[in-house]
Amino acid sequence: MSEVHAETVPFVRDTMLPSAAPPARQSGVVLWLRENLFSGPLNILLTLAGLAAVWGIVSHLWPWFAHAVWNASSIGECRQIIAERHGEGTTGACFAIIRERWNQFIFGFYPAEHYWRPTAVFGLMMFAVAPILFSESRRLRWTVLAVSAVTSFAACVALGAPDRVLLAVGAGFVALAALIEYAPRRALAFSVLYPFLAVWMLWGGSIWSPIAVLAGFALALVVWRLGARLGVGLLGLALGVAAAVWWWAALGPRVAADLQGLMPLALVPVESRSFGGFLLALTIGVSGIVMSLPLGIILALARQSNLPVVRTLAVMFIEFIRGVPLITLLFVASILLNYFLPPGTNFDIILRVIIMVTLFAAAYMAEVIRGGLAALPRGQYEGADSLGLTYWQAQRLIILPQALKISIPGIVGTFIGVFKDTTLVTFVGLFDPLKQMADTIRATFAWKGAYWEPYVFTGAIFFILCFAMSRYAMYLERRLKTDHR
Amino acid sequence: MTDLNTQPRPAPAMGSEIAVRIEKLNKWYGSFHVLRDIDLTVRRGERIVIAGPSGSGKSTLIRCINQLEEHQSGRITVDGIELTNDIKNIDKIRSEVGMVFQHFNLFPHLTVLENCTLAPIWVRKIPRREAEETAMHFLREVRIPDQAHKYPGQLSGGQQQRVAIARSLCMKPKIMLFDEPTSALDPEMIKEVLDTMIELAEGGMTMICVTHEMGFAQAVAHRVIFMDQGQIVEENTPQEFFNNPKSDRTKLFLSQILGH
Repeated sequence: MSEVHAETVPFVRDTMLPSAAPPARQSGVVLWLRENLFSGPLNILLTLAGLAAVWGIVSHLWPWFAHAVWNASSIGECRQIIAERHGEGTTGACFAIIRERWNQFIFGFYPAEHYWRPTAVFGLMMFAVAPILFSESRRLRWTVLAVSAVTSFAACVALGAPDRVLLAVGAGFVALAALIEYAPRRALAFSVLYPFLAVWMLWGGSIWSPIAVLAGFALALVVWRLGARLGVGLLGLALGVAAAVWWWAALGPRVAADLQGLMPLALVPVESRSFGGFLLALTIGVSGIVMSLPLGIILALARQSNLPVVRTLAVMFIEFIRGVPLITLLFVASILLNYFLPPGTNFDIILRVIIMVTLFAAAYMAEVIRGGLAALPRGQYEGADSLGLTYWQAQRLIILPQALKISIPGIVGTFIGVFKDTTLVTFVGLFDPLKQMADTIRATFAWKGAYWEPYVFTGAIFFILCFAMSRYAMYLERRLKTDHR
Repeated sequence: MTDLNTQPRPAPAMGSEIAVRIEKLNKWYGSFHVLRDIDLTVRRGERIVIAGPSGSGKSTLIRCINQLEEHQSGRITVDGIELTNDIKNIDKIRSEVGMVFQHFNLFPHLTVLENCTLAPIWVRKIPRREAEETAMHFLREVRIPDQAHKYPGQLSGGQQQRVAIARSLCMKPKIMLFDEPTSALDPEMIKEVLDTMIELAEGGMTMICVTHEMGFAQAVAHRVIFMDQGQIVEENTPQEFFNNPKSDRTKLFLSQILGH
C-alpha cells in the first residue's frame, strides 16, 4: 500500500459482492454505422470510395445478367434476341450455351444413355463419406444424406435410367440408409468397398476385375496379420505386399476372367478418354484428396522418424515433388511413363494423372501435417510414452488426432488446391471443365465466341464445391474444440 | 511451505525386494555431463524424495528410470528387468511404472475418463467396461469422480494433476515417479495434490519423487537424496537430513529453501 494511504484504517470486507449482470450492450443501426463506417474523415472517405466501386461493378455487370437469354440454339440467335428485347448494342449473357450443352460440362463425352452411372456414383459417395464426415451430428448426417439421395435419384430418373436400374439404385440407397442408422460400424465397410464399386460403375466392364483387385488387398492383409501373429513384423508386411503384387500381376486377372465366364456380370465399358467436365474433375479431385491424406500422414511421420534412411527418403521425396510444377508431373504421367513402361501395357491415363496428383498433394499435405506435429507440446509424446503405449498406438490415439486437428485449415486448403488444380489436366489432353471442354464446345459453329458464360458457370460450380469444403472445415474445427472451453 | 501434518507416519513394512537398481549411471547432453556415476537402490514399498537445486540432474535421473531419457552408460534394472535398447522391453517397463509430470501432460482431446481408460484398454487389453470401473474407482480415490466427463481444459491445475495421478494408477503400476508434481500449481492447489500423494504413500506404493516440498519429504519419505551437479551428494533419513545435514552443500541448500 502506498504512503498516501498509510493512515487509513485496515479494510475488511464483511459481505462478498454478488455477481452483477454486464452492462447492456449499446446497439442500433445508426450506432453501428457510425462506429464501423463513418468514425472519422478517413473512414468516411473510404466508405464512399468503397460504395462507388461496388456501384461501378454492379451497374456494369447487372445488365449482362439481367438480359440473359436461356432459350436459343446458337450464339447468333442469342445476340439477336438481346438486340430485339433491349435495343441494339446492349450486352447480355447467353446462358443458352449452358442449357444446350450442360451435359458436356458435367459429363464430357460420357455416353448419354449411361449418365445415370456417374450420377448414382455421386449419390453413393455421399453414403460412403457422410458416416465419417458427420459422425457426431445425426441431424446433419441425415440432412446431407436425404438431400443427396433424393437429388441423385431424381437425376437418375430425369437422365433416363432404365427401370431396373432405378429399382437397384433406390433399393441401394434405402439399404445403406438403414445400415448407417442401425449398424454404423458396418456402414464403414461400405466406405471401404465404395472406391471399387465407383471404379466399376464409372468405367464399366466385368465386376470381377475390381473384386480381383480387392482380393489382392485382402490377401496382403491376411499375410501381414499372419506374419504379425508369428512375430515377424516388417517381413510379414513385405511378404503381404509381394503376395498382392503377384496376385494382381499373375493370377488375379485370370481368375477374374474365369469368373466372368462362369457368372457374367458386367456394365458397358466406358473409355477414359470419354470422361470430361466435372465428372473428370471430381474423379481426379476426390481420388487425389482421399489418397493424399493418408500418404501425407505417413510422409510427415517418416520425416520425423528416428531412422535416418526413412527420414532422408521422406525429405527427398517431399522436396523433389514440391520443387516441380504439377504440370511437369502431369507431362511425365502422360508422355514419359510410356517410355519406361514395357510396350503394349495399357496404363490408364486417368489413373496415371490420379497417381501424380496424389503424390503432388501428399507432399504438400506432409508439410502441413508436420506443422501440426511440431505444434504439439513434447509433454504429449512423453505422456503417451510413460503409459507404455507403443509408437503406433501413441501416434494413432494421442498425437495424430491433435496434430490433424491443428492442421485442419492447412489440410482443407490443400484439398481445395488439389480440386482446383484438376483443371490443369487440360495440358495432357483431358477434357477439364474450365478450358478443354469449353473450348471444344466453342469449336462448334453455333457457340463460337461464347467466352464468359462457360467461365461463369464452371466458376460458380467450383466455388460452391470449394466453399462447401471450407465451411465443413470450420464446422469440424468447432466440433473438435475440446480445450479452453 | 505448505502446511502438512509432518508427524512421521507408521510406514507399512518395506519389502526386501528391490524395485529399482541403478548402477554406475552416466548420461551426457552433448558434452555436458548431467548424471555422474549414480548408484541407487530402491526397495519395494520405499518412498524416496530427491531434492536439489535446478540443473542438478534430479529430473533427468527419474526420467531415465522409464527411459524418457536414454542413458549412455551404467545399468538400470526396474522390477527385475534390465533396461536395454529393446523397445518392447522399454514399453513393458513403462506400463509398470507410472509417471506424474510437472505440467500434467493430460491428453486435451480426451475426457478425464478417456484419459484414464486409454492405456488400460490399449496396453493392458482390458475390456472397456472394466477399465471404466477401475478409472472411476481411482477418480474417487483422488476425489474428482464428478469431473469424469469433462475435458482436462475445463479443470483447475490441482484437479488436472489429480487426474494425472489417477491416470497413472489405472495402469496398476508397481512404481510411481513424480517429477516436480506441484511446481506448476498455485499455492492453494498444492495441498490437495500433496494430500493425494500422501494417501498413496500410506497405501504402500513405491514412490520416487522429485520435489521441493520439504514438508512432504519429512512426512512420507524413507530416504531423502540430495543431488548437485549430476551427483548424489547426500543420502539420509528425513530426520537426519533436515536436522543434521552432513555436507556443506546440503546445509547451504537447506538454509536457502527453508530460510525465507
